[in-house]
Amino acid sequence: MNSVAKPRRWEAFFWPAIAAAVLLAVWHYSVVLTGTKIFPSPTNVKTGVIELLHKNVLWADIGDSLRRVAVGFGAAVLVGIPVGLWLGWSAKANQVVNPTLQILRPISPIAWIPVAIIFFGVGDRAAIFLIFLASFFPIVLACVSGVSSVSPVLRSAGCNFGLSSTQLLRRVIFPAALPQILVGVRVALGIAWLVVVAAEMIAVDSGLGYLVIDSRNSGKRYDLVVAAMLMIGIIGLVLDFSVRRVERIKSVRWGFRNAS
Amino acid sequence: MTEAGAGQKMRVEHLGMVFQRDGGAVSALEDINLDVSAGEFVCIVGPSGCGKSTLLNVLAGFLSSTSGSVTIDGEAVTGPDPRRILVFQERGVFPWLTVEGNIGFGLSKLSRAEREARIAHYVQTVRLQGFEKAYPADLSGGMKQRLQVARALAVNPDILYLDEPFGALDSITRVIMRGELLRIWQTERRTILFVTHDIDEAVQLADRVIVLSSRPARIKEILAIDIPHPRNISSPRYLELRDELLTQIGLAYEV
Repeated sequence: MNSVAKPRRWEAFFWPAIAAAVLLAVWHYSVVLTGTKIFPSPTNVKTGVIELLHKNVLWADIGDSLRRVAVGFGAAVLVGIPVGLWLGWSAKANQVVNPTLQILRPISPIAWIPVAIIFFGVGDRAAIFLIFLASFFPIVLACVSGVSSVSPVLRSAGCNFGLSSTQLLRRVIFPAALPQILVGVRVALGIAWLVVVAAEMIAVDSGLGYLVIDSRNSGKRYDLVVAAMLMIGIIGLVLDFSVRRVERIKSVRWGFRNAS
Repeated sequence: MTEAGAGQKMRVEHLGMVFQRDGGAVSALEDINLDVSAGEFVCIVGPSGCGKSTLLNVLAGFLSSTSGSVTIDGEAVTGPDPRRILVFQERGVFPWLTVEGNIGFGLSKLSRAEREARIAHYVQTVRLQGFEKAYPADLSGGMKQRLQVARALAVNPDILYLDEPFGALDSITRVIMRGELLRIWQTERRTILFVTHDIDEAVQLADRVIVLSSRPARIKEILAIDIPHPRNISSPRYLELRDELLTQIGLAYEV
């Protein structure tokens, strides 16, 4: 199959399915051949998932994780976009704030866990705070770089039609930077989903992260550990997919290279 | 022309522009003097990099000159103004707005009904019917430039500045666009200042052609094109004026 030809419809599903099947087979036979008693086989995991579904804990945990991400990530979007637009717009503000931002940015959100627990105690708010922190920086940085790369021609055109500064920001700068901002939002959502699992392992006692660590601690149920991991992967994929759908809306599609 | 007459639109007096660059001063424009009448079509030509675009940006208010003045209807130009719109060479339309959205961009003060009527009128003027809901990404280069012209005309400006508006188009589209622009100019009667590096374009479109020297740009010659429209581009007078311009620019016309 050469790279120019469009893959036929069945191929688009067939080959990825084969790849997944190969991985499952390797996993299955590794478990069988090594005769391990601890690590689960794919069949064990399947029964594990069914068990979780029957006990109803899975839905509650998924709900808790998603709620934390929704609140933390949502707050980061609501705060991060205005802050990022302002920093991108005002060179002076950026000069003042940027060094601090650059020092805070590389600190892994995981490192904030002890601090979050001091501030908020073990509970929802600590986890939400961590998710907020984790998604705030990518969003702000995407806004700053989005605003600074708005074409001067478009700015001039906006000025020419008599826009005030706030109108220019709202009607030209923001929509022109939006594709880049969306990329930042997507990255942030991915990170938020990584962080919620880590936070739930330490800072709270519900959610998918808690399910992973609790399944291990209470009876070494590795079938449930892997089942929870699988759910985390699938939900992460769904989240990413939904942001990608947003990128296909026509008023932002122009900003993406592979726009069709 | 000493006093601002009835037909006079723009007066440029002793205009100069010096850029500070790497510690040194680079002069881009020197002692530009020019009067433009209302409804006149003026082309500005000159060797590339001579400062044609700088001149247009000063006239449009995007750059402040370092000496001299630009007055329009007796009023000094101090910044960009919707009464005079600059059309860029390319990528000047807003890619997140539809054709309608772009044309309506400068019309937010109008009532909804007025705005829609204005948009419909200029969609017709630039012949983009059927593309009202299309995004710029789905338009050809020529259509995008027509859209830019429509967006400019929609706010009812006195003056249109066009900065090599057809420079990025292929030669066939360019010829078609010239015809379209002339048709629009003849019906709408705006004052047009048109920067180009294409001699034929200048002779086909302009009432007068301003020839600039290479940097720093001075006015080398102002040539009146005294051929009525539609112009026959193989008439002796056309060829004569064309040769005159080529000589002024310092180009041999034997390849």
